[in-house]
Amino acid sequence: MNFAVLQFPASNCDQDAIHALRDVLGHSARYVWHKETSLGDADAVIVPGGFSYGDYLRCGAIARFSPVMQAVKQFADHGGLVLGICNGFQVLTEAGLLPGALVRNRDLQFHCEHIFLKTVTPESPFTNKIPAGKLLKIPIAHGEGCYFADEETLGQLKANNQILWQYCSATGELTEGANPNGSLLNIAGICNERRNVAGLMPHPERACEPLLASDDGRWIFESMIAALQNRTAARAA
Amino acid sequence: MAQGADKFNASCNRHLKNCPTLKNCSPGAVIFRKIPASGPGFRGAKMKAKIVITPKKAVVDPQGKTVRNALEQMGHQGIKAVHVGKYLEIELDSTDRETARKSLDEACHKFLSNPVIEDYKLEIE
Repeated sequence: MNFAVLQFPASNCDQDAIHALRDVLGHSARYVWHKETSLGDADAVIVPGGFSYGDYLRCGAIARFSPVMQAVKQFADHGGLVLGICNGFQVLTEAGLLPGALVRNRDLQFHCEHIFLKTVTPESPFTNKIPAGKLLKIPIAHGEGCYFADEETLGQLKANNQILWQYCSATGELTEGANPNGSLLNIAGICNERRNVAGLMPHPERACEPLLASDDGRWIFESMIAALQNRTAARAA
Repeated sequence: MAQGADKFNASCNRHLKNCPTLKNCSPGAVIFRKIPASGPGFRGAKMKAKIVITPKKAVVDPQGKTVRNALEQMGHQGIKAVHVGKYLEIELDSTDRETARKSLDEACHKFLSNPVIEDYKLEIE
């Protein structure tokens, strides 16, 4: 599979994403600079973490107008898989590819720690390989990761099964204490209605090797790869 | 420069008192614009847009709460709530208020504010 990892000025988790996809998982992965207008033969796009444009105005507010995001929008419109991680999630909400918004952490602190994620549904190209009941231990590193959406949008997310991951305790409970940033409904990650675009605040690309205290992040990428392989097989059939 | 600005402002004052057109104008219509003595100068006098962006009521504003608590601790009484927002000043070259307003309104809605979490107020002077 070919992964395209976007680079905006001040993205800084692009290298980790390339390393995870190419060196650990053994797939093809290349950087795509924000000024490029084509994604080439990419099968999936990763919008990586960082502080694009210094988080000026609002996180992701400027990156969303980069030329490459036009290509990402078209790619998504045609059903291509897009995963936004941390700042990438912020860019996708600003671009309107995902609903809601990410605001300042409730306690105003930057949180850099491991958290646990409960996978809410296996029915998505980002969660289909995650074993039922398995809690994912994944690091977060953000100051503005509090997910917000109005009542109507939250209702739609629930009704359409668009909430993919929620912060939980080590034993799987959705408590306030397990919520590092005040996100509504402990939401850590969601997908769009069509289920081909997803975003999450935690960093799965930093949890692909046991050396880094957890390799649970692999499940998310493996899910994407499996979904893409199914598509290729379906087309060939 | 300051001298020139002073002379211009003084001349504006005299004119404002006597200008029949101005007397019939609706409030906010500025024909002659006074420039501050230390300002950039009146040649190419610009319009200035002032934009205030505030968090929507539904969004939790921990910054606002923190500032409120700090004010209370400092001894300020009776402060019910604080909301922390953003203030932007945009200097414009044009003199066409209507076009400027439409264009900036769009910019506010699409970029300068995020309608999911923020409200904005746009003033052009």
